[in-house]
Amino acid sequence: MKQLATFTVDGRFLGVDVTRVREVLRPQELTRVPLAPPQIAGLINLRGEIVTAFDLRVPLGRPQRNPNERPMNVVVATEHGPVSMLVDDVSEVLDLDEEAVERPPSTLGASARDLIVGAYKLDGRLLLELDLDAVIANTGPSGIDAEVDER
Amino acid sequence: MPGEMDEIVAEFLVESYESLDRLDRDLLALERDPHSREVLASIFRTMHTIKGTCGFLGFAKLERIAHAAESLLAGLRDGSLSITPQTAGVLLATGDVMRLILRQIEATGTDGEDDHDGLVEDLGRLRGAPPGVSPAVPPAPGAQPEPQPVRSGPDRSVGLRSAVTETTVRVDVNVLDRLMTLVGELVLARNQLAALASDRADPSLASATQSVDRITAELQEGVTKTRLQPIRTAWATLPRVARDLAVALDKRVRIETDGDDTELDRSIIEAIKDPLTHIVRNAVDHGIEGPEARVAAGKAEEGAVIVRAYHEGGQVTIEVADDGAGIDLNAVRTKAVELASVTPEQAKRMSEREALDLLFLPGLSTADEVTTVSGRGVGMDVVRTNIERIGGSIDLSSRRGEGTIFKIRIPLTLAIIPVLIVTSRDERFAIPQANLLELVGVVPGSIEILHEVPVYRLRDRLLPVVSLARELHLGGDDEESPAGRFLVVLQADDRRFGLLVDGLSDPSEIVVKPLGAQLHGLEVFAGATILGTGRVGLILDVVGLAARAGVVGDVHEPLDAERPGEVLEDARALLVFADAAGGRMAVPLDLVDRLEEFPRAAIERSGLHEAVPYGDRILPLVPLHELIVDRRRAPRHAGEDMPAELQVLVHRRGEDLLGLVVGRIIDIVEQPAELQPAGRPGVTGTMFVQGRITEILDLPGLLEMREERRRLDVSASAGAAS
Repeated sequence: MKQLATFTVDGRFLGVDVTRVREVLRPQELTRVPLAPPQIAGLINLRGEIVTAFDLRVPLGRPQRNPNERPMNVVVATEHGPVSMLVDDVSEVLDLDEEAVERPPSTLGASARDLIVGAYKLDGRLLLELDLDAVIANTGPSGIDAEVDER
Repeated sequence: MPGEMDEIVAEFLVESYESLDRLDRDLLALERDPHSREVLASIFRTMHTIKGTCGFLGFAKLERIAHAAESLLAGLRDGSLSITPQTAGVLLATGDVMRLILRQIEATGTDGEDDHDGLVEDLGRLRGAPPGVSPAVPPAPGAQPEPQPVRSGPDRSVGLRSAVTETTVRVDVNVLDRLMTLVGELVLARNQLAALASDRADPSLASATQSVDRITAELQEGVTKTRLQPIRTAWATLPRVARDLAVALDKRVRIETDGDDTELDRSIIEAIKDPLTHIVRNAVDHGIEGPEARVAAGKAEEGAVIVRAYHEGGQVTIEVADDGAGIDLNAVRTKAVELASVTPEQAKRMSEREALDLLFLPGLSTADEVTTVSGRGVGMDVVRTNIERIGGSIDLSSRRGEGTIFKIRIPLTLAIIPVLIVTSRDERFAIPQANLLELVGVVPGSIEILHEVPVYRLRDRLLPVVSLARELHLGGDDEESPAGRFLVVLQADDRRFGLLVDGLSDPSEIVVKPLGAQLHGLEVFAGATILGTGRVGLILDVVGLAARAGVVGDVHEPLDAERPGEVLEDARALLVFADAAGGRMAVPLDLVDRLEEFPRAAIERSGLHEAVPYGDRILPLVPLHELIVDRRRAPRHAGEDMPAELQVLVHRRGEDLLGLVVGRIIDIVEQPAELQPAGRPGVTGTMFVQGRITEILDLPGLLEMREERRRLDVSASAGAAS
């Protein structure tokens, strides 16, 4: 058995390993970081700790969020400390049978497919399990260096 | 009790490491002045103490070495032996072996299996004892009649030292670090509380906020102090490093230090140890010439490396100067071309400064050959990176044949820094005040384009202009803005530039927090902080910003040429003082009629107002904070913590008199009026005075505010009476 914390991003139903989730926060004030790669939506103040927020729409290749819609924060633990993932809506924690895991559908773009560990078919909905570390690494220093070196 | 024993051993280790460092220093001093009884006595005492404690703790192997060294030292002290380079060398080596054993004790709890017979024999031989007669089992400490110095001098100093230790406590640095973090959190909470209090006109909240503010400031100062260490600890090993290197290279080098007691945060001390050592090694290896070359060049045979530290403008400057051969700029240029870092044409056109800057390129060394000590691939680029990592800067100047000077500037502490908050396109950024030179208001059209670089003429000097909005891609066009803007004049690596921003906010103190690992590649930001509003604010990295904008090494040449004799046109005398909450303010001196000091007792109250007799008139007194409500600090309640004497600035306009009660007079300075408009009533603007942001009061405006208030009071009381 495996437990995933689930949420939606632009209609897609996504989940992450619940043991990695530190907390879920209502929309927070974001400080934009100029020159940062597009995936980095900004910084939030998590009780005095400064946490980088990732916009999951960018690595998933989804269109930009409407500025009026304020995203929820799913704060997850990484080896470099907590980071927040901006999502549209947070749903429940689901118990899943690990045997039922399937390969991510080929309809996903190639870059998005690298971020998905597996898929679960649930009552007509497809739940995609995110590879947290791949999401973070995807927006890691190499991406930033490219941006900085462009001058 | 094993736990208690562990504690004693731990203390022994700490003390012994310190003692051995002192031993090194003393031995080097003894080499210089072989007849100094004071130094000999100190060395003897150090060894004796270690020996005694080892005996007590049962570290027999360490004790045996200490005993052999002590016997040799006794011979030196009573004059039967004299110090030779061999003796000093063996004694230094003894210290090294003892350090190794201490480390072994630290790791395993025992002093190891090695008897160190060779060393003990060496020590015995130098004493003149036949080999093999070294004492196998030293007598118990105290049992042996120690040849105690008869003279009272050293004994008295022992007494003094123990008196000092009684008033100090050893504290685990982790505890101090934790305290510092907590104080940082408290500073942030205080900022948020102050922001809340200023939004609500609630006197009791304001008063409580004021108390929290004061206590926080004092606590911060106190905790910061506990983490300060004299810089001596960072360079204690330098004389030894220089000596060993000089001996290996057949050079004669003397190392001098100045400002040993200059205090720095311990985290910074740790961080500069390696860079400093590297620079000193370089100076001995590449800088100082061999004795023959020095004599041929008309210099003393012995080269000098002088390391100085001093406080300067809220920072610490460390200088490493040698009187060696200086840097061969042509060799540097050639090397840089070989490394393909620059083209031959670029190298030819380079200014002296730029050529010197090449030394900080990775992989560049001008050493003719790779020696055992330098040229090992760890170069000045690493030194610069390490220093910049702690918010410092390094640059060097050199004269062929005369020597080289490295200048390192570092902040006092890393945790809490004063900043100026600026805005650009509605985004707020913090700029460390350490980088700030002055603030200039600019009107549209005053920025010229020279050789495709925007520049601003500041007192007849050209200042490269960097637009913050453009560099950070914040959007908008600077030229289209109808309103005036501000240039924040910044210092980066000895070059100046003006950062164009939309607005300035109050200076404040912030706690530096690191950016997440995902953002470490962004060189334009030094970190982030939580602003008073609770929002995250980014801290600009001035050096990184200058590098990104391409300022460094660009249009600075004409600036350098014009440097001497800055024109102080419109220089105006300013009276600088502190307000009751400690903020710096100033007024033009010619608007101050007199400076008076009144004892509290002389103050008369009439209704709500305070006044003192002044000649044949009455001088109304107004505490400054009643007229200017500080947004950062809640106003202090009248009567609370008031000094016995009031400092009063008397301003006269026609028949109107105003006595402004201020906190403390600081200084009178002469300086050009480079005033920046400010947002709050009663303040004309802000400017840099003695390197700090200072608010310039609008005295005529304050007089009017006071009159206005009195009219309101009168009409209000008249209304209440009717």
